Amino acid sequence: MTANRQYCTFFVDDLFFGVEVHEVQEVFRFEPMTRVPLAPPVVRGLINLRGQIVTALDMRARLGLMPRGGDTPPMNVVVRTDDGCVSFLVDEIGDVLEVDDAQFERPPETLTGVARELVRSVYKLRGRLLLVLDVTRTVARCATAASG
Amino acid sequence: MGEMDEVVKEFLVESHENLDQLDRDLLKLEQTHDDADAIKSVFRTIHTIKGTSGFLGFSKLESLTHGAENLLSRLRDQTIAMNQDIATALLRTTDAVRRMLASIESTGGDGVETDDALRGTLAQLNAPTPATDDDGPTMSPTTPVGEILILQGKVKPEDVELARELQEAGDTRRVGEILVESEVIKPSELREALEQQASIRQKETPVSETNVRVDVALLDRLMNLVGELVLARNQILQFNNSIGRQDSQFASTSQRLNLITTELQEGVMKTRMQPIGMVWNKFPRIVRDLANSVGKRVGLHMEGKATDLDRTIIEAIKDPMTHIVRNSIDHGIESPAERERRGKPAQGTLSMRAFHEGGQVIIEIADDGGGIDPERVKAKAVSKRLITAEQAARMTEREVLNLIFLPGFSTAETVTNISGRGVGMDVVRSNIEKIGGTVDITSRVGEGTILKIKIPLTLAIIPALIVRSAGERYAIPQVNLLELVRLEGEEAVKGIESIHGSEVHRLRGNLLPIVRLNEQLALEAPGAPRPDVVNIVVLSADDRQFGLVVDHVMDTEEIVVKPLTKALKGIGVYAGATIMGDGQVALILDTFRVAQRANVVSESRERSRTLAEARSSANHARETLLLFMAGPSRMALPLDQVHRLEEFPRRSLEQAGDDVVVQYRGEIMPLIRLARLFAHRGEAAAGGDTTSDTVQVVVHRHDDRFVGLVVDRIVDIVDEEVTTRAANARRGVRATAVIHAKVTEILDVQAVARDAFGATSALTSMGGAA
Repeated sequence: MTANRQYCTFFVDDLFFGVEVHEVQEVFRFEPMTRVPLAPPVVRGLINLRGQIVTALDMRARLGLMPRGGDTPPMNVVVRTDDGCVSFLVDEIGDVLEVDDAQFERPPETLTGVARELVRSVYKLRGRLLLVLDVTRTVARCATAASG
Repeated sequence: MGEMDEVVKEFLVESHENLDQLDRDLLKLEQTHDDADAIKSVFRTIHTIKGTSGFLGFSKLESLTHGAENLLSRLRDQTIAMNQDIATALLRTTDAVRRMLASIESTGGDGVETDDALRGTLAQLNAPTPATDDDGPTMSPTTPVGEILILQGKVKPEDVELARELQEAGDTRRVGEILVESEVIKPSELREALEQQASIRQKETPVSETNVRVDVALLDRLMNLVGELVLARNQILQFNNSIGRQDSQFASTSQRLNLITTELQEGVMKTRMQPIGMVWNKFPRIVRDLANSVGKRVGLHMEGKATDLDRTIIEAIKDPMTHIVRNSIDHGIESPAERERRGKPAQGTLSMRAFHEGGQVIIEIADDGGGIDPERVKAKAVSKRLITAEQAARMTEREVLNLIFLPGFSTAETVTNISGRGVGMDVVRSNIEKIGGTVDITSRVGEGTILKIKIPLTLAIIPALIVRSAGERYAIPQVNLLELVRLEGEEAVKGIESIHGSEVHRLRGNLLPIVRLNEQLALEAPGAPRPDVVNIVVLSADDRQFGLVVDHVMDTEEIVVKPLTKALKGIGVYAGATIMGDGQVALILDTFRVAQRANVVSESRERSRTLAEARSSANHARETLLLFMAGPSRMALPLDQVHRLEEFPRRSLEQAGDDVVVQYRGEIMPLIRLARLFAHRGEAAAGGDTTSDTVQVVVHRHDDRFVGLVVDRIVDIVDEEVTTRAANARRGVRATAVIHAKVTEILDVQAVARDAFGATSALTSMGGAA
């Protein structure tokens, strides 16, 4: 029995990520935000999303990648967590993809560093790999970084 | 199944409510013994619980309540009389019922507890003993109907008396019936009297029909929505400021929106309000049980039960209030014998008072017990090394009493199981401060103690001061705000002194520690927007004041407090976030944590420990010292021994005998010229202290008296690891140390002050003899 899952996809640098659709609340363009002094560098600031305060995390910083160059502002992918909404600041938004569980793989050994901790699984799509992001871990490790 | 759950839930909610009423009724009964209405109400409650629990199959609960019901029915029928034993057994029954209900709530069953002992007690009390032999007052068989008829002039008191005698002789008819049947009154007259009686009763019972039960979660959601509406309203009002001038219709519409929103906000806030009586209702029982267990007699007075408070606040103050009440009974109120020896009534009084004042709720908990002896508090604090003996000597009574809020403080000679071990008043204070409240204590030895709690009405929407630093806005809750100080021009440069890690501002002579928000938040220094202006927001944190320097002070606003995610709570200095009128997010500063971060708050406690340690063993420790010049000597005085720094015009100095004095705060303060005191032979009275028009004075408080130390110049305030090089070089000097590469003498201010006062008193006595 194979189940199909839907993923909301986005790019961070040259990595192609996916988050399960039901975990995503919405996607929107860059918004001005209020920075939070003393917060870990991953926390870019706070956004007012229709009266809801959302913490924005810079995914490049989170993954230990080079800061975004150029003028193109990042996009917000807002995910729901137990601790309220969190926005991932990403380079570009991809399509919503439906993938077959048959394409599922464990993360390859070649994937190293922070990315390996945060990637739950990998789907072999035609021409590219879709890295499924573990939302809880992506957000939780920021908390420990902040209190430490 | 689901339906069944609903039924059980309903039963639990209802029973819990009824049990609270039950407690109150039982306590009333214990006092008055013959309140027929109370007995009926208790009976009804127990009967309902018994019936429903039987229907739902909770057999243990049913059997327990059945025993109580039997007892109650005989009380109601006046075949036995209320007494202390019965009251205790019934109260224990309510407790057991509560435990069973809790068990049903968590496990679905009424538990394994069998309560055989309690059931035995109930059965025993229920045994047909001639209870009327009890010396307690018996139930009066006079029904109010008889009295109403007398008041109406329909019958003579003798008629009612006669009817009562018939009843006592075994007549089972009611007084009204006897009167009608003996044709003293007409049936219509009886009906009238009964109607009147019913209408009186109806007035006494609360009108439950006009109330509906609402889920708290729904109220919370409504409150959130209103918060959003308030923000949208703020935005529209801002919009209105820009375009409303051209469009008067828009202006009037937004004005109406403004009014409606404000009213709605108040209304919704009111729905979340609960009278403080909700919590207080538990206290009669707590007080009774506690007093009994420690062999004391305590009467409880409550005033202002109807004072409304936000639900969340009620929850938050429950435990601190309980703790205070326990403390009062355990440590405050004396035993009956002790009280009589002191000429007080054997029964102590505990009074709880709640009222609104200036947008806050004040709760006072007062007892007429032994009060708190400041000397004992001091001794305890010193022995526990919370403060040093010198610090204790300099403290005002109020400061001493507030020592009981320090962690690890308990004045009880013996630790009892009531007030507990470890959890002390420090927890009470921190819990109250957590919700933006304050607590203060006043006490008179032999007369009693009053604890005063001040808390905000609500936590969801608070007034706040908006400030700007390094381009960002921050909100500071107004409860922590004391005043705003703006230094301009030369003041801006001179107003903040002694930069050596710790800056201070002299605010009306007091040294106010300065904290720069830009530095605390590690914001890039924008090179101060206007170097000629310094904005100081004077804040209080934990009984201490400090000045927060910000770039701009904006406005005060009502803000909606929103929580931060866990990741950001860890930072500590933010109490939450809010959305400003322009839709941007602003962080709310946690004043207390900012002060902590800047070492304003913990400093004093740590410092006192360091001092104590320095005293006892080590010869070097970190201290904050005031450096000054006295003649050619460079001297230092621990900052915590400095009461104030003052500057007096030279002409205000007066001569009294051999002493130079100055009038200061209604006292005559002797001045000690340090330069002269420490002058070496040959350079006596030298030094430039006669050239200027003013004298610099370090005011120190010694045994409740001021003493002024005249210095030539204040040099600096330093936070130094003091390495003592030589001890007691000369009289009046505690030690000699090297501070900032210069030899500095640390003044023994106690010795100097003692000498000064010794000289003065010697002088006056000599004067008297002459």
